[in-house]
Amino acid sequence: MSTLRIFRKKPDDLGLFGKLGFYFVLILGALVSVFPFYWMFVVGTNDKGAVFHVPPLLTIGDQFFVNFKRVLEKADFFQALGNSLFVSSMVTISVVFFCTLAGYAFAKYEFPGKNMLFIFVIATLIVPQQLGVLPTYVIMAKLHWIDSFKALVVPAMVNAFGIFWMRQYISAAVPTELIEAGRIDGGGHFRIFWNIAVPVITPAMATLGILNFMTVWNDFFWPLVVLKNKEHYTIQIALQQLFTTRDGLDYGMIMSATFTATLPLLIVFLLFSRWVIAGLTSGAIKS
Amino acid sequence: MAEPVLASPHAESKRPFLTEQRRSRITAYTFISPFFILFSIFGLYPIFFTFYLSFFKWDALGPMKYVGFKNYDLITSDPTFWISFSNTLIMGLMGTVPQIFLALLLAVLLHSGMTKFKKTFRILYFMPNITSIVAVTLVFSTLFGNNGMINWLLNGVGLDSMAFNSGWWGVKIAISTMVMWRWTGYNAILFLSGLQSIPMDLYESARIDGANRRQQLISITLPLLKPFIIFVTLQSTIGALQLFTEPYVFLGQSGTGSTRQEGITMVTYLYSEAFRNGFFGTAAATAVMLFLVTILFSVLNMLISRGGRETGGKKA
Repeated sequence: MSTLRIFRKKPDDLGLFGKLGFYFVLILGALVSVFPFYWMFVVGTNDKGAVFHVPPLLTIGDQFFVNFKRVLEKADFFQALGNSLFVSSMVTISVVFFCTLAGYAFAKYEFPGKNMLFIFVIATLIVPQQLGVLPTYVIMAKLHWIDSFKALVVPAMVNAFGIFWMRQYISAAVPTELIEAGRIDGGGHFRIFWNIAVPVITPAMATLGILNFMTVWNDFFWPLVVLKNKEHYTIQIALQQLFTTRDGLDYGMIMSATFTATLPLLIVFLLFSRWVIAGLTSGAIKS
Repeated sequence: MAEPVLASPHAESKRPFLTEQRRSRITAYTFISPFFILFSIFGLYPIFFTFYLSFFKWDALGPMKYVGFKNYDLITSDPTFWISFSNTLIMGLMGTVPQIFLALLLAVLLHSGMTKFKKTFRILYFMPNITSIVAVTLVFSTLFGNNGMINWLLNGVGLDSMAFNSGWWGVKIAISTMVMWRWTGYNAILFLSGLQSIPMDLYESARIDGANRRQQLISITLPLLKPFIIFVTLQSTIGALQLFTEPYVFLGQSGTGSTRQEGITMVTYLYSEAFRNGFFGTAAATAVMLFLVTILFSVLNMLISRGGRETGGKKA
């Protein structure tokens, strides 16, 4: 096939060497993207000294369970994993529900101040999280929510990006006539939302859910601020704690933990990658 | 749910209070209210309180004491604050500028070079972004170790080893690399979706006019991609100013190292002022400074892109 392409058919056909160059750069980029995942696994499956082996060790070993056993001695790994799962699920369910409701209202209802309120929602996207961190911490302390999952879940229950994204999707995907027909038939507002709109927009809800789940799962700053007790640590904090052991760093242990913590998200991503990427790109364009 | 029952008997006699229009307005306000309630408590109120707090001396426990601009004096006369400031800018530049060029290059190649494995490449390029920053930092801290793979490669091509975990530049290079690894593919995918939105017939007519590949890139692709470039640059700039996890974890090996001067950033400074030293006033002042810098850079970004748009418009 490529031999035919040597003869330039179109004025801007690159020819064989141009194509090879393209492939080379693209594949190099892909290798750089993927290598750290492989390296994580290599270190996690080899013994302690493997990280700084000269020349670098690139083969997978058989020490994974030995390394992982040391993780379980040092940290409540599965507890932390469970905590992350709980927090991320709670936030995600809530975000998907409230953002869909709000997005639906902004897309399909007329009410005074609608445009202004929507612009306000968008504007909140540019305010850095750190600006409000100290007072939020104080509020949490006043509510006695420090070191509790409520501090992680409640402030994150709905967000501007989700509202924006659901509004865009609902405007395009849900026909207004369908909603009006539902009204004429005497359906309540929430009932119409639930029975007419939601079934149509499930893919968008799923995408928002996955994107949001990943964000919460990977959050580090806020959990670091509010969580105090080991048993409440999310997986990110637990991983970071493994890294601060004073008696020499046990990279085999650290990487077996990191790999195990990364794997679930990686699998979910690979299963839903098309949705995730579509969600990412369609959310970003309109601003 | 009780609304229809209330409304129907009234509808017969006179104009009911809950007209159809009123009810749908109330519904809409109810649907959007969770965001506005939560944002007022955990977003808006804290923002104003941060500004207020920056004029007080406070340890988050005892009484607050008004000190005027003293917190700002304190941080601006603290060399560590300025180191954190310049570190943030230097690492921001090192991590963002090459990243955007690389992402553009990858997107253009992916768009024009071939169409066959586009989906696979998109997934592979996006993978770094789904990994937690903590995991990324842990992996790179092995690669950037004194006897790690990067130094081995450097030695292999005849260069000296670099102290990536303690040197002034070493730490910055290591941290910027982590940022780049995480975000280059993500931005490439954003750019790619921008490229795909450019109508193909523009290229066809340019080709008929005799424009070569480079001319097409300069006078069609880049101008039409501009909204995406502005968006990505803005997002990366804001992200770079908030850099925290990478330096915190990378330099935190000994437990207290996260404020080491080589890699301290504005957010790390803020974090350690508030949650390590208990100085909420100076931490609030730092947050305000961070906010001002963010605004400054966003405005600069807008001005530069607007200037570019005008010249672009003249050409076209």
